[in-house]
Amino acid sequence: MFKKILIANRGEIARRIIKTCKRLGIQTVAIYSEADNNALHVREADESYEVGKPRVNESYLQMDKIIEVAKAANVDAIHPGYGLLSENAEFARKCGKANIVFIGPKATTIEAMGDKINARLTMSEADVPIVPGKTTPLSDVEEAVKLAEEIGYPVMLKASAGGGGIGMQLATDEENLRKIYDGTKTRAENFFGNGAMYIEKYIDSPHHIEVQLLADSFGNVVYLWERECSIQRRNQKVVEEAPSPFVDEELRKKLGEVATKAAKHIGYVSAGTIEFLMDAQKNFYFLEMNTRLQVEHPVTEWITGLDLVEQQLLIASGEKLSFTQQEVQLTGHAIEARIYAEDPKTFYPSPGTIQTVSFPEGENVRNDTAIENGIAVTPFYDPMIAKLITYGETRELAIKQMSEALATYKIEGIKTNIPVLQEIVAHPMYESGNYTTKFIEIMRKKGE
Amino acid sequence: MEIKASMAGNVWKIVVAVGEKVEEGQDVVILESMKMEIPIAAEEAGTVKEVLVSEGSFVNEDDILMVLE
Repeated sequence: MFKKILIANRGEIARRIIKTCKRLGIQTVAIYSEADNNALHVREADESYEVGKPRVNESYLQMDKIIEVAKAANVDAIHPGYGLLSENAEFARKCGKANIVFIGPKATTIEAMGDKINARLTMSEADVPIVPGKTTPLSDVEEAVKLAEEIGYPVMLKASAGGGGIGMQLATDEENLRKIYDGTKTRAENFFGNGAMYIEKYIDSPHHIEVQLLADSFGNVVYLWERECSIQRRNQKVVEEAPSPFVDEELRKKLGEVATKAAKHIGYVSAGTIEFLMDAQKNFYFLEMNTRLQVEHPVTEWITGLDLVEQQLLIASGEKLSFTQQEVQLTGHAIEARIYAEDPKTFYPSPGTIQTVSFPEGENVRNDTAIENGIAVTPFYDPMIAKLITYGETRELAIKQMSEALATYKIEGIKTNIPVLQEIVAHPMYESGNYTTKFIEIMRKKGE
Repeated sequence: MEIKASMAGNVWKIVVAVGEKVEEGQDVVILESMKMEIPIAAEEAGTVKEVLVSEGSFVNEDDILMVLE
């Protein structure tokens, strides 16, 4: 096992990683920007070094600077957390060249899964269902129309180089498709410098369901079941739960097996997640693979009793998985609510200084946070400042715990989405367990 | 007419200059905060009389960004 690692991240996830390291007796090195010099993760690490100015591209994304710090501090490995450099193949390579272990998959795997078209092709080779469509670039509008007829309307016209909802256009029928074709192509050229487009079936109101995997460097892969992550705003998750109330035993097993097969096919190593879109008929399709630890990993930890950061550390240090698929057990139900520093009505960011904070407590309550009294929430980073996770033997009990915990959560000085979270978990549609990515939109409409 | 910030954040881009005519609904400033860019549009047509912020500066919600006439 490693003796000392550097954490190339900030906020709650840096603290979360430090916590496991402390338990395992691993020394930790934190990095921070000028804006974070008084942050909790800096104080909790054994050593800490400033790496630059507040903006991430001048600090937390400074690969060479971070590696320099890692070398000087004589660490064995770097944990990238999520976001920032966690899915950066170049950084993984730079770590390798500096003889420092990158805690994550191989650089080639990060690259292969980072390219959308390539990931789609690779997954279909491993018999993972992909959204019906074509991934090679369309030659012209006639080809698009012909394909759309085969797939069936509505279809999505997508820019190959696009992402994050930009460069996608919905076509409801042939007339519509002909009308939007040229404009979408021009926009793709303007935005991405690449006019290549492909076409895909549009999945209306999907569920966003993902499977957690652990894979060691000996080819052993174990799935830790699924998480339901359909409640989103601006394509970012807000409330997650495990297991998914929309998935039954048979489907649960199938999802796990499909994901395991995919991970084996690409020679995956470390913790990873395969995200699927699931339609109302429970057909599921590959969306993307996240080659890192996820924000919502605590719900999986709670239902499996495993520490996923510990597992990542063990795998990266060359250990074999110490359990088989048959030996992992799914117990109870866990929910995570993401606390964002934002206006609960507009969802616009709300940076500022937190005057007072008081966390909910209890045996079945977990707080992963980066906040304390008097701390400044700056405009430089992600608005997620804390995660609240609750557990219950049943889903009903986990929801009850969540409502109670949210009711006692107090953050003063900035606006947060806590009122929205309360509205979500109290909503009959949430209680029913059958909800899609349209949840917040529907909740808002009914409330008007 | 005053154009105010709808959220706290950094002024990322000022799209128009003093003396420029703007139309109703035209984006005049783009604010950036927590990885999100929010364009601020003019609610009415007018001419930019004064710009009160500079690119890179921090503004609070409801701060006046520019004045139109």
